[in-house]
Amino acid sequence: MTDATQLDPANEYKPPRNQWLDVWDQFKKHRGALIGAIVFLFIVLGVFLGPLIWAHDAQFVPPVVDMIKLRDTRPIYTVLWESGAKVSWAHPLGTDNLARDYLARMMAGGQVSITVGLAAMTLSLLLGTLIGVLAGYFKRLDGPLMRLTDLFLALPLLPLLLVAVLLFRELLAGALGPEGGVFVLIVSLVGITSWMQTARIVRGDVLALKEREFVIAARSMGTPSRRIVLRHILPNVLSPIMVSATLGIATAIITESALSFLGFGFPPDFPTWGRLLFDAVDRMTLYPERVIWPGLAISITVLSVNYIGDGLRDALDPRIRGR
Amino acid sequence: MLNYTIRRLIIAVPTLLFIALTIFLLLELAPGDPVANQPLTIPPEVRELMRKALGLGEPMHIRFWKWLVQFFWIEPQVFIDWLTTTSSLAPILPDTDFFIACGNNTAAECDPRILSWQFRSPVMDIVLQRIPQTLWVVGTAYLVAIVIAIPVGVYSAYRQYSWFDNAGTFVTMVGFSVPPFFSGVLVIVIFSVQLNWFPSIYDTMHEVNNWDSFMFQIKQMTMPVMVLALQITSQISRFMRASMLDNLNLDYVRTARAKGMTENVVILAHVLRNSMIPVVTVIALGIPQIFGGAIITEQVFKVNGIGEMLIRAIEANDIPTVQTLTFIFAVLIVIFNLVADILYGILDPRIRYD
Amino acid sequence: MRLKTALMGAAAALALAPLAAVAQERGRDGEVKIIYWQAPSILNPFLSGGTKDIDASNMVIEPLARFDQGGNLIPWLVTEVPTVGNGGVSEDLKSITWNITPGIMWSDGTPFTSADVKFTYDYCTHPEGGCAQLTKFEGVTSVDTPDEHTVVVNFEAATPNPYGPFVGLESPIIQAAQFENCIGAKAPGCTDANFGPIGTGAFKVVEFRPNDVIVYEANENYREDGKPAFAKVTFKGGGDATAAGRAVMETGEFDYAWNLQLAPDVIANMELGGKGTPIAGFGPLVERIMLNQTNPDPALGADERSVVRPHPFLGDPAVYKAMSMAIDRTLLVEVGYGKAGKVTCNWVPAPDIFNSTSMDCSTQDIAGANALLDAAGYMDTDGDGIREADGKPMKLLYQTSTNAVRQDFQALIKSWWAEIGIDSELRNISASVFFGGDPGSPDTFQKFYADVEMYANNFSGTDPQSYLGNGLCDKAPSPDSQWQGENISRFCMPEYDALHAQLTTTADIEERGRIGRELNDMLVQNGGMIPLVHRGRISAHANTLGGVVLNVWDSELWNVADWYRIK
Repeated sequence: MTDATQLDPANEYKPPRNQWLDVWDQFKKHRGALIGAIVFLFIVLGVFLGPLIWAHDAQFVPPVVDMIKLRDTRPIYTVLWESGAKVSWAHPLGTDNLARDYLARMMAGGQVSITVGLAAMTLSLLLGTLIGVLAGYFKRLDGPLMRLTDLFLALPLLPLLLVAVLLFRELLAGALGPEGGVFVLIVSLVGITSWMQTARIVRGDVLALKEREFVIAARSMGTPSRRIVLRHILPNVLSPIMVSATLGIATAIITESALSFLGFGFPPDFPTWGRLLFDAVDRMTLYPERVIWPGLAISITVLSVNYIGDGLRDALDPRIRGR
Repeated sequence: MLNYTIRRLIIAVPTLLFIALTIFLLLELAPGDPVANQPLTIPPEVRELMRKALGLGEPMHIRFWKWLVQFFWIEPQVFIDWLTTTSSLAPILPDTDFFIACGNNTAAECDPRILSWQFRSPVMDIVLQRIPQTLWVVGTAYLVAIVIAIPVGVYSAYRQYSWFDNAGTFVTMVGFSVPPFFSGVLVIVIFSVQLNWFPSIYDTMHEVNNWDSFMFQIKQMTMPVMVLALQITSQISRFMRASMLDNLNLDYVRTARAKGMTENVVILAHVLRNSMIPVVTVIALGIPQIFGGAIITEQVFKVNGIGEMLIRAIEANDIPTVQTLTFIFAVLIVIFNLVADILYGILDPRIRYD
Repeated sequence: MRLKTALMGAAAALALAPLAAVAQERGRDGEVKIIYWQAPSILNPFLSGGTKDIDASNMVIEPLARFDQGGNLIPWLVTEVPTVGNGGVSEDLKSITWNITPGIMWSDGTPFTSADVKFTYDYCTHPEGGCAQLTKFEGVTSVDTPDEHTVVVNFEAATPNPYGPFVGLESPIIQAAQFENCIGAKAPGCTDANFGPIGTGAFKVVEFRPNDVIVYEANENYREDGKPAFAKVTFKGGGDATAAGRAVMETGEFDYAWNLQLAPDVIANMELGGKGTPIAGFGPLVERIMLNQTNPDPALGADERSVVRPHPFLGDPAVYKAMSMAIDRTLLVEVGYGKAGKVTCNWVPAPDIFNSTSMDCSTQDIAGANALLDAAGYMDTDGDGIREADGKPMKLLYQTSTNAVRQDFQALIKSWWAEIGIDSELRNISASVFFGGDPGSPDTFQKFYADVEMYANNFSGTDPQSYLGNGLCDKAPSPDSQWQGENISRFCMPEYDALHAQLTTTADIEERGRIGRELNDMLVQNGGMIPLVHRGRISAHANTLGGVVLNVWDSELWNVADWYRIK
């Protein structure tokens, strides 16, 4: 990996470059990854900075008279095929059944969904990779860690959540404030209940990898285990981890909405993409936009993360980077 | 490998007992009340009597012990009796009569089975009642998904970034991000309400005994299988593709090609076999799910299989049912993870456990 | 609305009378399919009191008398309803005598006798049985059977309303021969009996799959010739209300869908499917906001939180009156229930005789509410838009169970209370936890670890005496009673207790109505709760299904014997 720079003809006469610059160069060359990154950045900026421009309160219900007038406004583009549709430039994406602005709700929902999705996915990946590598590489840990994985796979999710909420909600709310507490609780709950697949996949790969020639060579040279794991094993299990990451972010966004729906998560008037989607299913035929937008937002986020993952994997693989 | 298998099977016993205890404690600790779903018009005193009648007055360790006895001693007796008297194997087996039923008799001694708090009837009977529809729907979905996902994953990797690969990526990612509570209702609205092709409610009483009834079974399975298979395909094909990509660049592939092997042999015999480890893991983790059912999809289509049974039992705080179902599930997880570990050794003989 | 429904029901009955008069063959119309989105888990209503279980079992087993769609008592298995006037009820109100109609058979062909009725009493009152309908037999000392067709129920004290035992959907008669060995602790073991009770009803159980599906067929020993019109009933359970509505009104796969708790626009859209019609009826169900009379501050210890009085500010009439005035109930009805909801200011909105007319709350008055709070001295001193009470911001924790309509209500009411300077934090809790009585959970509605909470409640039958008892001081949940108790708001007023005691000894119906209305007003006006919506039941039937009369006082399937296929 260290000699990767020498293979890059563009840098032939220049002093050795930082390998991360090379990684970035390779990443830029990956069209899908670049588009993915731009789209992802756009979504993140949209949901976090968007509310500064579109200064509507996502939870604001107008007073009675306005509410009746404004509720169930259709998105502005509906006019294109239905001239009599109830639309208004004041609400480009329309309003929901309580006349709350849908664009503002999408943005506010995105903040929560993206933060929770990324944080929970990261936690579950870290846990899964750590346990998978330890179990796969160190024979003595394999038994106990994999039995622990079996245990977690077998535990019924809902009672587990109930117990966790019972034990930790007040504690966390006291320490971090109500919203911070709920955030930490949700992220850890989703993380703790979704690492098992990653762990088993990583372990399976590590079991095979550690018998490969390059690992045996490294070991015979007296390389300490920690270095073998970090330098030789981890880079080679990166691709299943990347796949787990993309799938994990989708799972986390949906699980978060399920938690909030059950009452373990954010307050009911707090929009998230998963929740918006869930609430809109009943009126799917009347107001298709209300399922399309959150559904699209989740899908595009997951797609863009997937392409970023693809690009990263290629960029981090010296064999590909060299070509 | 045989040694390893035997050792793992022996370790599985304490592991499962520990899992059973953990599940039991978890359910005890979880807030919940089996009479919570009774209407508010029933006063607290009556509720208390109802709880007592369910056996909730007894201490925890006694209830756990009772459950263990029921699950490992009494239920197998019932099963053996069933096997020797009513199953299709009955004619060749000697009749047995181990189990003494309680209930509508006056015998002094009897064997109490695991009774559900919702139904007041043996949990295992209901499990048997629910298994057919779960196997039909979820099992078929897994088969369909595996049959589609592996070729799609292999071909996507082989032609990375071709239009096929990009389309595959798009479909699988969207398919995985759209939750079944939405996709299920969407297909119902399209295929049941608008087109009138398939029934929106699954008929669990339907019996397949001729061509027409088989076709009806296919019709009523189509939508749930479609929704489930999309999710599973997405997952498996992504892992397949990623793993193939890792292997396609390795030296042994170049060597194989240099030796003049055909592409088919190179890809299907060498690369595919070496790429199967993550896929085997995912499939092995998925098979217990077949028995566990698919909670949301079963609810959307009213399949009323094991998944629906579990979620209803959890909602009703029906602890004996939840405990029994999750434990059966745990047994399957332990078995199939062992199977996966053995398959690793077959796929890559370098992997050693001893 | 109820009157109208009743009239329509009567009109329908008249219209079909000529049809029914022509003697027709039993089971001529084939199969009818019913869907309940909550699936029945047992067919023995004494072991589970869920509406789904009771309704499903009521097609098979029946009470001696039941309520019709107008809430009137009608004889079912007896010759007439006993009253003091016809001598059926003793002058001292301590016993009631029922005369069973001769010739009634169980579906297995054996005669239905008074011994079965007495057995039902023994079965339910067995101390180890855990009978869910035990309250139906409260105050009964014995059940006598002078002969095969006479049942005498004796009460401990004078009982002004003796129509509890063996009346209505919750108190059907089971067959002694079938349940003989299933009494007490043995009850759960009798799976066959619990899953397939033998009854006198129009149908008998063929197969029961708990939480999934029930198949019934016509009872050949049913007492009326030519009924039921259907030979087979398929009763499917599970899923959700939306799916059930869709299956009847949009795809036409089912004929009857129970309790469609859906927003009115969703139902209206389904109706456009053209295959079915929604029907509504009103019982005493009221969606309300309970006001906590105690202090729910988390800083208090486990034995004091939601136990010690008073609440920091909710006890002040100015505050709860303003909170009630700020609510636009008309809009709530429109958003949440449509045809299945009515504005109400009462805790007991039905039957009519108990429905108080002393209060009016149909219009929103934000300005008035603000003025009321200003006058009471609650001012916004720090300019953040929230008033302060004793220097602390007026902030409420507002909890309810998870349900799309309730979450809409929460958002609306939060916005209205914000307009009068009261801030609220919303919380929703899964219904199985919220309504679960587990003393270990902090989220049950009995514990009430919040300032206000919203849910709906009602009573069975037509007499609200025990329901009004939910306002008595000693019924307040507390750690001593393991948090059991029905006085959720911890309302306590000696005058109320005294008046309720008077109700329990009053027999005259007019007088009972007057006391009932007064109790209702007392509790609402003194800040026990804010009633929001009088909720009806909305169900749907296929356009080809005739004879359906929605009955909210009894089982919805009470007259399933009269259902027929419109051809």
